[in-house]
Amino acid sequence: MLLEEFIQKLEPEFEDMPKGVLKPDTDYRTIKGWSSMHALIIIAFVDINFNITLNGSDLRSTKTITDLYNLVQQKKSS
Amino acid sequence: MPAIIKAISYYLPEKKFSNEDFGKIFPDSLSDANLKKLGIKERRIVGEHQTASDLAVESALQLFKEHDIDKNEIDFILFCAQEFDHYTPTTACLIQERLEIPTHCGALDFNLGCSGYIYGLSLAKGLIDACGSKNVLLLTSSTLTKTFHPKDKSSRYIFGDGAAATIINNGPNENNIGPFVFGTDGKRGDKIIIKDGGARNTITIESNVDFEDDYGNITNNAHFFMNGTSIFNFGLKTVPKMVEELLIKAGLKIDQIDLFIFHQTNNFMNDMIRKKIGIPEEKFVVHIENCGNTVSSTIPIALHESIRIGKAKKGQIILLAAFGTGLSWAATIIRL
Repeated sequence: MLLEEFIQKLEPEFEDMPKGVLKPDTDYRTIKGWSSMHALIIIAFVDINFNITLNGSDLRSTKTITDLYNLVQQKKSS
Repeated sequence: MPAIIKAISYYLPEKKFSNEDFGKIFPDSLSDANLKKLGIKERRIVGEHQTASDLAVESALQLFKEHDIDKNEIDFILFCAQEFDHYTPTTACLIQERLEIPTHCGALDFNLGCSGYIYGLSLAKGLIDACGSKNVLLLTSSTLTKTFHPKDKSSRYIFGDGAAATIINNGPNENNIGPFVFGTDGKRGDKIIIKDGGARNTITIESNVDFEDDYGNITNNAHFFMNGTSIFNFGLKTVPKMVEELLIKAGLKIDQIDLFIFHQTNNFMNDMIRKKIGIPEEKFVVHIENCGNTVSSTIPIALHESIRIGKAKKGQIILLAAFGTGLSWAATIIRL
């Protein structure tokens, strides 16, 4: 899955987010109303689509959507 | 004689804490879309001077009334909680006196959280199968909201207080509870913890030093702490495996199960687990909207409501599964 598709699929999971807001360089913690619920949505999304488990410290090591995408690719290949 | 679940009732304290109340304390903290995903609209909060045993006694009185139970026939009380009345005596002993159950009954407390109901069923079954008990009163109760830091928004959103009472007795012929699968991982005990105030760590000035997690939840070592992302991953990994193990042990296929009643954490998490296992939506019980996560009582409350609305019927095979603090998990199969 390329970064563009990753964003296209992840964005609708945040049902309260207008379309086109999520960009490769978006610091996802700046999402309006950022909460643990958003983190669970990301973890669930990665689990379903890649069968990869992300934990709290994985998320802590990333800032932007690109960082998140790269982390998933890295975990996929390891 | 095999053990069966004869009757269930429950009790929720009067004070309500709605999403509107939550929004007044934590404005803009959860969007409408996320509130909908979690599936909770209201929880009940224990009164300042009420204890877990008070809620349990109310649920037992409700049980006696609703199901015409003769309390003179109860020969064992099992009390599952995490908030006991005193260091000693055992709270279940005091409950015996309050419910005016004859003194020939046995009574014990056991300390478990969300997995407590299934462990309680296993203890009751053991007492009936091995010790000749005839009517076991299993009480589960939680007043966890008393332990929350006022600024811990996630916990205050998810959990509610409540208690459930179940009579397990020796029924005819078929084996109606079991088999069981159990699991424990104390290495991850710190994922859900109140660190200070027990025998290991006394309360010190440091206990009340606040810390904030990555999501703006504030707590300290004198209050409840839960690592939400760890517990989410724990549930997603543990429950599907546990269900698979249980089905093998029971010699059943997943489509032979009529109903699945899992510990009601929140709808988002439970729905993820449901999808991972491949359970059809119509066989999966959801009951959290008006009470939140009531810890060890979510399963008996959901089971009681399923029976009441006719979703759970006599003769059905029902799979129960739960996981929580410990970390601890358990699953079993009951036949109504």
